[in-house]
Amino acid sequence: MTAETLPETRRTGPPTRRSPARRRLRPARVLLHAFLVVTALAWLFPVLWAVVNSFRDYDYTAVHGYLSLGGFTLDNYANAWNQGELPGYFLNSLVITVPAVLLTLFLSSCAAFVLSAYSRRFNLVMLAVFLAANLLPPQALLVPLFRLYNAVPLPYWISGSGSLYDSHLGVVLIHTAFQIGFCTFVLSNFMRAMPASLLEAARVDGATVFQQYWKVVLPLCRPSLAALATLLVTWIYNDFFWALALLSSGDKLPITTALQNLQSAFFVDYNLLSAGSVIVALPTLVVFFVLQRHFVAGLTLGASKG
Amino acid sequence: MASNGPPPPPAARTDGPPPPAPARRTGRARRPGTGPRHGRADRAALALMLGVPALLVVGLVWLPAAATVLLSFTRWDGIGGLDTIEWIGVQNYTDAFTIYPPFEPALRNNLVWLVVLFTVPTLLGMFLAVLLDRELRGGSVYQSIFYLPVVLSLALIGFVWQLIYSRDQGLLNAFLAMVADAPAVDWFGNPDINLYAVLVAAGWRHTGYIMLLYLAGLKAVDPSLREAAAIDGAGPVRTFTRVVFPALLPINLVVVVVTVIDALRAFDIVWVINRGRNGLELISALVTSNVIGEASRVGFGSALAVVMLVISLVFIVVYVSTMLRGAQR
Repeated sequence: MTAETLPETRRTGPPTRRSPARRRLRPARVLLHAFLVVTALAWLFPVLWAVVNSFRDYDYTAVHGYLSLGGFTLDNYANAWNQGELPGYFLNSLVITVPAVLLTLFLSSCAAFVLSAYSRRFNLVMLAVFLAANLLPPQALLVPLFRLYNAVPLPYWISGSGSLYDSHLGVVLIHTAFQIGFCTFVLSNFMRAMPASLLEAARVDGATVFQQYWKVVLPLCRPSLAALATLLVTWIYNDFFWALALLSSGDKLPITTALQNLQSAFFVDYNLLSAGSVIVALPTLVVFFVLQRHFVAGLTLGASKG
Repeated sequence: MASNGPPPPPAARTDGPPPPAPARRTGRARRPGTGPRHGRADRAALALMLGVPALLVVGLVWLPAAATVLLSFTRWDGIGGLDTIEWIGVQNYTDAFTIYPPFEPALRNNLVWLVVLFTVPTLLGMFLAVLLDRELRGGSVYQSIFYLPVVLSLALIGFVWQLIYSRDQGLLNAFLAMVADAPAVDWFGNPDINLYAVLVAAGWRHTGYIMLLYLAGLKAVDPSLREAAAIDGAGPVRTFTRVVFPALLPINLVVVVVTVIDALRAFDIVWVINRGRNGLELISALVTSNVIGEASRVGFGSALAVVMLVISLVFIVVYVSTMLRGAQR
């Protein structure tokens, strides 16, 4: 590629632009790496600080201060896990996140399929309605939603409160409603790029509309679905507001929202709080380390278009 | 139909079925009426597949939003029946702007939030993307590090930064006391500075997000543009400002909208710190405390929410029309 032999974009470098010689650019490259290393370390620092202190004994740091070494222990993790009753909150997060992600992907891929293959007339209007909903400030829906949720009765085996309010189902539904917009948009872009002949062939074979969706289109969407699923898991797991607004029983809270209660439970023991934070961050860190490619792809899926 | 075997990749469009080839001009061949007729079951399936998601979005997002607008013209405690709602015109808006002390700081703080996000993290994110958009040893490692905070929730970020900002146990004060013998500062508690302390944490996360958006945008810029600029003797800075940056217009719009919406929706981090009081007032937090707080002033809270709604709708319209225009190409 010729691009590599060209003088490169660089702000930190001395005015050597004119010179095509690579050797002259070396100092600039050193500066570039120095800048990146320093910035990257600064970026990592808050996380590393939390991780390091989560392994330290509170009594030790209370006496010697945090700018010291020593007092390393694993007790904080055990204490955070047990005192903070983290397992129950994790379960709540699971009960909310998994159904919400699956439901969102199913419904949005259905809608995207219809919009991209069948309905040309409603296409733009519907996509606009869907996509815009994803960006509304959640607070703007709070009051009517609160009333609505209280007014919808549910059998007690689904919700101990007897209504949609203070039920996991209610939180799942609002997450789904909010996220459908973005996913429908991304998936319909993807589906529109598929050759129409695929569906034609399926139709000739007598496949029903649902079979065309389920057996032909959906399998081809797997990369997009994986990226979106990664993104949705992170977003929904990280949600703080909806659980705060739509759940009233403390024992139903997902872990991200429950953290606030942990803060008072852990009092001023910052090492314990660090351990709790690290535990809570673990699922998203798994996303970060293992599913990075999907996450980045998902984040830029919508944006790189156009 | 070969739907049992592994599906062909989407690119395999060379061997489609011969004669009933779709009209290539429009991509999609079928217009209503010209395609095969759908049976009753198929039509029901289509209606359900679009109808159920649409019902959820309209019923749980758009209708509540519309109801909020209506409620903002009323006085209501939110507990009594719908017949206790009292129509009071624009009184709530007048009150918000005249006799509600936290409103003005909240508007100002949201604006500061927006301006700071725009000036520091957005520019830094763009700068990092430009630096990393090339073959660079360790480039992907740098990239990963910068976007690490993006996977963390803002609530959690509030906690993580508390370890640094805490007055008595935080790193920052310990460090300042050690090197400069400085008195302890209550970074999250002092109303003169806590907004900026929080913004450092929020910006820490925003930078990585913006960097990712620009990295995606830069990859899509036609390399021949840069080559042409270089052949014409343009330096790197000039190439970026005159050639690359204009080519990033769609991404720039997305970044503007994302930043505005993020600034407007900012909530979690101030709520976990002090529920949005004492220097950390934000409109989102005011709405929440008016609605789910003890006072439960539903009409008034709704009026505040409508202020948010109106500001965000302006940008949402810009965003949606940009995205859809791009998608229709």
